[in-house]
Amino acid sequence: MDDAGATSGSRTFREGGTEERHPDPTSFVSLRINGNTHELRLDNRTTLLDTLREHLDLTGAKKGCDHGQCGACTVLVGGRRINSCLVLAVTCDEPVTTIEGLADHDRLHPLQEAFVARDALQCGYCTPGQICSAVAMLDEAAAGHPSHVTPPGRPGAGDPELLTPEEIRERMSGNICRCGAYANIVDAIQEAAR
Amino acid sequence: MPTNSPPQVPAAPEEDTAERRDAADRRDPDARRDAGQKVTGTARYAAEHTPPGCLHAVPVPATVARGEVTAVHADELLRRPGVQAVLSHTNAPRLGEAEDPTLALLQTARVPHRGWYVALVVADTLENARAAADDLRIEYATEEHDPGPPAGHPGLYAPEEANGGHPGLRERGDFDAAFATSAVRVDATYTMTAQHNHPMEPHAATAWWEDDALTVYDSSQGATKVRDVLAQLFQMPRHRVTVVSAYVGGGFGSKGTPRPQAVLASMAALHLGRPVKLALPRRELAAVVGHRAPTVQRVRIGADSDGVISALAHEVVTQTSTVKEFVEQAAVPARTMYTSPHSRTSHHVVALDVPTPSWMRAPGEASGMYALEAAMDELAVATGVDPVELRLRNEPDTEPDSGRPFSSRGLPECLRQGARLFGWEGRDPRPGVRRAGDRLTGTGVAASTYPYLLSPSSASAHAAPDGTHLVRLAATDIGTGARTVLARIAAEALDVPPASVRVELGSSALPRAPLAGGSSGTSSWGWAVHKACTALAGMVRAHSGPLPPEGLTARADTAEEAGRESPYARHAFGAQFAEVDVDTVTGEVRVRRLLGVFATGRVLSRRTARSQFIGGMTMGLGMALTESSTLDPAFGDFAERDLASYHVPVCADVPALEAHWIDEEDPHLNAMGSKGIGEIGIVGTAAAIANAVHHAVGVRLRDLPLTPDRLLPHLRA
Amino acid sequence: MKPFGYLRADRTDQALAAYAAHPGAQYVAGGTNLVDLMKLGVATPPFLVDISRLPLDGVDETADGGLRIGATVRNSDLAAHPLVRTRYTALSQALLAGASAQLRNAATTGGNLLQRTRCPYFQDTSKPCNKRAPGTGCPAREGVHRDLAVLGHSARCVATHPSDMAVALAALDAQVHLLGLDGERTVPLTEFHRLPGDTPEHDTVVRPGELVTAVTLPPPAGAHSAYRKARDRASYAFALVSVAAALTVEEGAVRHAALAFGGVAHAPWRARAAEEVLRGEPATEETYARAVDAELAAADPLRDNAFKVPLARGLAVRVLTDLAFRP
Repeated sequence: MDDAGATSGSRTFREGGTEERHPDPTSFVSLRINGNTHELRLDNRTTLLDTLREHLDLTGAKKGCDHGQCGACTVLVGGRRINSCLVLAVTCDEPVTTIEGLADHDRLHPLQEAFVARDALQCGYCTPGQICSAVAMLDEAAAGHPSHVTPPGRPGAGDPELLTPEEIRERMSGNICRCGAYANIVDAIQEAAR
Repeated sequence: MPTNSPPQVPAAPEEDTAERRDAADRRDPDARRDAGQKVTGTARYAAEHTPPGCLHAVPVPATVARGEVTAVHADELLRRPGVQAVLSHTNAPRLGEAEDPTLALLQTARVPHRGWYVALVVADTLENARAAADDLRIEYATEEHDPGPPAGHPGLYAPEEANGGHPGLRERGDFDAAFATSAVRVDATYTMTAQHNHPMEPHAATAWWEDDALTVYDSSQGATKVRDVLAQLFQMPRHRVTVVSAYVGGGFGSKGTPRPQAVLASMAALHLGRPVKLALPRRELAAVVGHRAPTVQRVRIGADSDGVISALAHEVVTQTSTVKEFVEQAAVPARTMYTSPHSRTSHHVVALDVPTPSWMRAPGEASGMYALEAAMDELAVATGVDPVELRLRNEPDTEPDSGRPFSSRGLPECLRQGARLFGWEGRDPRPGVRRAGDRLTGTGVAASTYPYLLSPSSASAHAAPDGTHLVRLAATDIGTGARTVLARIAAEALDVPPASVRVELGSSALPRAPLAGGSSGTSSWGWAVHKACTALAGMVRAHSGPLPPEGLTARADTAEEAGRESPYARHAFGAQFAEVDVDTVTGEVRVRRLLGVFATGRVLSRRTARSQFIGGMTMGLGMALTESSTLDPAFGDFAERDLASYHVPVCADVPALEAHWIDEEDPHLNAMGSKGIGEIGIVGTAAAIANAVHHAVGVRLRDLPLTPDRLLPHLRA
Repeated sequence: MKPFGYLRADRTDQALAAYAAHPGAQYVAGGTNLVDLMKLGVATPPFLVDISRLPLDGVDETADGGLRIGATVRNSDLAAHPLVRTRYTALSQALLAGASAQLRNAATTGGNLLQRTRCPYFQDTSKPCNKRAPGTGCPAREGVHRDLAVLGHSARCVATHPSDMAVALAALDAQVHLLGLDGERTVPLTEFHRLPGDTPEHDTVVRPGELVTAVTLPPPAGAHSAYRKARDRASYAFALVSVAAALTVEEGAVRHAALAFGGVAHAPWRARAAEEVLRGEPATEETYARAVDAELAAADPLRDNAFKVPLARGLAVRVLTDLAFRP
């Protein structure tokens, strides 16, 4: 289904075309979310976040700031963590994973388990974003991606041993928790990373 | 009231059956009760209910600092596809008199400050509503506005009361004479810019009317209170209003009073006869849901050469809006903390054309204890007495202001334990001498305090024949762990395993309960739960044979208990220790360690209590170092209105953080023996950090937050 | 946000044609700044041309040993690229010092260069701003401006450019490649962003319809490079001041030095005057201080941002000193 969104793009192109004087402000969009395909006609202005929350009843991704400044809307697009509030749904053509797609039915994702075990949450509003972010963060670290606190000479934290609390804190700094659960969040991620 | 096709969404209170199924809870009996919902994204917050036919509303803030709306050009917007209504003072439903004038929305043309809501646009989609709100042309007659600052303002006055009902002024003995003759004198003025609560969930509501009854999903700290206020505003009996606040994404005081979203959504739903959903945009929160007011605090301490205090004055200057008087009670903790035979604690306030301040986590204590505890550190330096020892030397026998004995006072033990755990002993008191490369290191300590507060609550407890129990009350879990701790209290009173107890909360349809605020939730709700469960346990004992199919139910109300005047001064205490690094090149302060020890009566749920403590300390770190809202005098609003410019601490700011507590037996509190824990964590943190900064750099900086621009002029690389 | 039409371009000629066909159109790639500005009402394009699928996402070594970075390469990918990590340390560090992991995963090379100021008045359409609405005035000059410019500002505008990446690119002698209907051209990064002067509405020299297609870097000139940033919180905050530098020291003397400042001006600030002083001088802290002072002599701080001058000085001296000691 990776090409589904691309279809939407070219469909828009065919419908609207570059010559049109009053371009269509809506588009057909085909989104692959948590393994399901959703075909929608959407206002071009609709963000991925609002699509999830207002059109698909997937309210796990949260709207905290709507400007990419808090991370509560973090979802995975093509396996990468992004702020879904800044992604126009019409531009999205890779598979999306939201918090609702992490658990395997009754079996929670190890990070979800760890967040529960370490009480890495309070009000819970930033939590889905934190967990989605942490899932991608562990992948990034495993792939050797560096962070701001990785020493310059080092490629990244490919070795799990290198994923220190300092590394976790820096890598998770795109997810604000106003309740102040950071200390527990770091513990939970360390536990899940082991 | 009009009726319309009823949306098929249950107005029922939160159903806890999912919680019982929660796999995580089963495996981990200590886990937070709603953690399973929260980590899977299935917990639904106020804007996450979409009744059929639901419309979207977007508010329109005033773009002048003071004046009147003279024209609202709604016509052009109403012709747009999707736009359903434009409400303003010209056509909005008339409301009953608002006890809280910040809720008298769209009633008059008056604009008391920039950002005040002057219109509401309702449309079929969020995109259409937002675009129309952006494009709504409003004309104003503007007037000169007065943005302050409060210091030296001719309009300053001494209010009768400060927030919390505390007298604005208290005097004992003869402060001026005692201070003048003291061997050691500290006279220092501390300032703090405004701070904003910024809970992660913006204030949101979904409202609809059905058969003359109003239902509102509201992001609030107290469903009962919001219900009562909406009933008053819409002039209808309370039983026709249901407010549900099942999951609330933080509040920190900003959702403690009913807020515009609930009123506006209800108005729009009434006007249109359809459900309406409304979430306030993050950028607008700074003006309409309160903030911690900026303060200028002068603290004077007169002591003998051993540091024993004889004279203490804490004088606070702050601001409010012209909409209503709110006085940050920052001088109040000085009435409790230290021995001080001669004392003056006062507040002065001025009403400006600015947004209205309100509660932010530990109002009064958070700001007041910053100044008082920084001044205590100055006294320690001035007398050469160790800061921990100095506080111990000034332990009062009774509460200085009231003369009442303390029901318990754990401060000395918190200080001693904290000093031991932190490794305070042997600390070199000399400031500015610990340098490694570009970094200066220092440590600091400060005390914490928060009053024990209690409100009347009711609750019901039910025993079912299958051996399960159900506790019901209109409490709110804003992240504090109310579900978890109330289940524990119930289980203990019933002498049953916690797993057999379900807790249903978060709706005004449940037995009446006070809001989650003032660190009083667990005490207030818990006592009612304890009382109902104790009664139920008695009924079960008295019952012979299997329970009847309908089970047994007990109800309790603590109006009488909560109304009793206590002969004791009741407060929680704590001690916080901080270690900081200051980068002498950049002026950046980074906290390396933060450790708190608290005395809060009996801790009922270790896991959620610890989370509350570290959460408060984290917010205190922000107060000390990063959080600041600058009032822009030209425009009368705050310059930092988003989360890119208002710097809530991020994960990288928060180092090794430890919260501990002492076991405190206090028989003068409530059935559980508990004090509040939600706020004390933020009290004293900023002072501990600021004192550590002084210890690091050797310069006393008295203006929060301690951002690089404030440090740099005093540093040498 | 105003309604807009949308086209996803697969080829650059298609993108250019679509732009030309829709007056007022804008290109969108990562969207991290443009969508933000559209929500604020600051940007109101009637048409978006999505260029994120253009084949401009490569990072390739050039024949001369330099690097060609496609315009749609994501910031996170660029920061982690082995060649960037090893040869252009300052660039990797600058990228990783910017924004958050989520934003870096979406933001592109071209978009990062083209991002707009975070001046609070620019972002608030209810207030005057010469950059957003030419001729309406600049309330920042007398207003809230702690974060704004100390160098190169004008009576009309005191905004700063918010990018970290661009500061490193400025120090690394990057070239920006542009493609328009009239053909290709190349602009040195240091000339890509403008100073505000009388026309602060123009951030860059990009002409309407031109696409940024790539950024190229010459082979690293300095032996080492580094980027350092001072900010209000430990992460996820714009720079108060930042410094990018590349330095080669031979036999105790500065052979090559490149220095650029961020957070101080309407553009990444290449410190040519400082470099002039550095060249051939003994590699000492005294030299660095003298050089930076020569640059900062031109500083003209506003009421509340004078701290940026000693901050820039201290940071630059420290970065140069550290680079000189690097093996």
